[in-house]
Amino acid sequence: MSLDLTKEEYIEETKEESHISMSQEKILRALESDDVRGHFEGTLDNQLVLNMGPQHPATHGVLQLVVSLDGESVVGTVPVLGYLHRGYEKLAENMTFHEFIPHTDRLDYLSPLANNVGYVLAIEKLLKIEATERAQWIRTMCCEMARLASHCVWMGTMAMDVGALTVFLWTFTEREKILDILDILTGVRFTTSYTRIGGLALDMSDEVIARLKAFLDQFIPKLEDARALIERNKIFINRCEGVGYISKEDAISLGLTGPNLRAVGIANDLRIDDPYLKYREVDFNVPTLTESDVLARYYVRVQEMYESVKILRQCIQKLPQGPINTPDAKQVLPDKGEVYSKMEELIHDFMIVNFGNTPEKGVEAYQAIESSKGELGFYAISDGKGYPFRLKIRSPSTIAIGALPTMMKGAMISDIVAIIGSIDPVMGEADK
Amino acid sequence: MAELIEKIKEKFSSANGFEGISFSENLNYPMMEVPKDRFREICVMLRDEFQMEQLRDIVSVDRFTKNERFESIYNLYSLTLKFRLFIKVKLDSKNPEVDSLYAVWKSADWAEREAWDMMGIRYLGHPDLRRLYMMEEYEYHPLRKDYPLMGLPGSVTLPKK
Repeated sequence: MSLDLTKEEYIEETKEESHISMSQEKILRALESDDVRGHFEGTLDNQLVLNMGPQHPATHGVLQLVVSLDGESVVGTVPVLGYLHRGYEKLAENMTFHEFIPHTDRLDYLSPLANNVGYVLAIEKLLKIEATERAQWIRTMCCEMARLASHCVWMGTMAMDVGALTVFLWTFTEREKILDILDILTGVRFTTSYTRIGGLALDMSDEVIARLKAFLDQFIPKLEDARALIERNKIFINRCEGVGYISKEDAISLGLTGPNLRAVGIANDLRIDDPYLKYREVDFNVPTLTESDVLARYYVRVQEMYESVKILRQCIQKLPQGPINTPDAKQVLPDKGEVYSKMEELIHDFMIVNFGNTPEKGVEAYQAIESSKGELGFYAISDGKGYPFRLKIRSPSTIAIGALPTMMKGAMISDIVAIIGSIDPVMGEADK
Repeated sequence: MAELIEKIKEKFSSANGFEGISFSENLNYPMMEVPKDRFREICVMLRDEFQMEQLRDIVSVDRFTKNERFESIYNLYSLTLKFRLFIKVKLDSKNPEVDSLYAVWKSADWAEREAWDMMGIRYLGHPDLRRLYMMEEYEYHPLRKDYPLMGLPGSVTLPKK
């Protein structure tokens, strides 16, 4: 609460807040009865400033929060970013389009596959090429597998934040199984760098599909087990229900997207509203709730996992045979076997690797995907060279953290970790 | 979608008293270029009359030209119409300044702080224009084209040993 307000303004402003804590109400009453402005001058008298992070285990990485407290309730929050800032937008301007793909793994490091897909789609818009049918179906599957893996980690860590440790171990086991599938699919477990401009690094083998089928068959029962641990748990419900409320108007105005927005009651999902890849051809629902508290955000994400399983099952059924790389020799990396045996392919490979793909001069492209956190967008500008002239990353975690001060107003000190857990921030993405 | 773009074009045409507004085809979404002086007024109209409820992002660009070097690009999204519109404002080379949109969309707060930090564009009327990523005492704006990739030696003051 700023101190330079007059008494009338302070009362007016405090009255507007819908969630006034007990202590704030007491101050309000005191203000109305007599002049107690003197109490607000020293921080030690009424307010306490608490620093949380950047090494705090419950801030999901290197998020720093400076919280001003009145007794035990939060009056104001200032999030501090930048502890993991690596300057990816600057780096992108100094390397070819292909060279940046491994860097996208390190943005949202819980769902690297989705970042790969989002980035490559933006660059393909820039080059005006499109991936083949099979590649698009595989990319759709990649996005959903990334969402499942990311939500598994989120569910475990969020439950751990409010004191339920076992869920973390159970959902992490499920995530490990997804990573094992990714190991066969992409060659690595974690930093996948799987997509290429106009195609994919490797084709999806039958073994991957068989393993994925087996995984999906046992995933739902395992998820139900994990849910049963917390959803009928009085402690978990009490710590989540009604905590971290954000009004619909604030959520829209603050630019929230993804599950955080859907928990406010707005069925906004780019997979349906602005479809990319093959989401037009699969059937799924967008879970929406209206409570807009921590519990609502929890249920929205849990329901999303069921939808992801549904999408993956349909993808497996509809996956067509065919090539995975677009036949555009000037823009798409040729097959390695051909590079070693054919002159033409060797030249193209050399040109793309050394000088980069060449879009037209002055073309700009924006592509957003619905990642597990919200709208992940890439805005690329080309000046006709092999490097992007400018690459702007719209990271959903930054915007979600920007909404933290609004969600925290009036919450108790122990609710802070629950609220951070519920918006699912990843600092690699928020700090870029 | 096409109808909506026509409506917007009609609304902001010179017949309605708007000068210097152009539409670009370079992007895969509709992009509207707006003069700096009436920019905020146009944004309020877009929000209230065309249901552009969300400002999703601000892209700052350094074109590295002599005149109108900087650009601020606004990514607007309508939740009701499921429609995306980009707005571009060109800014001075020496002194890039533009009205803040904090009073129109709250998400402008951090987006403008990021653009100020990285590109050095000043947003007039922003309540708290601090740097978002770099430390407050840092003197440079790293995403400008004249800033070297490897950074400037000595630009960060480290504690004495």
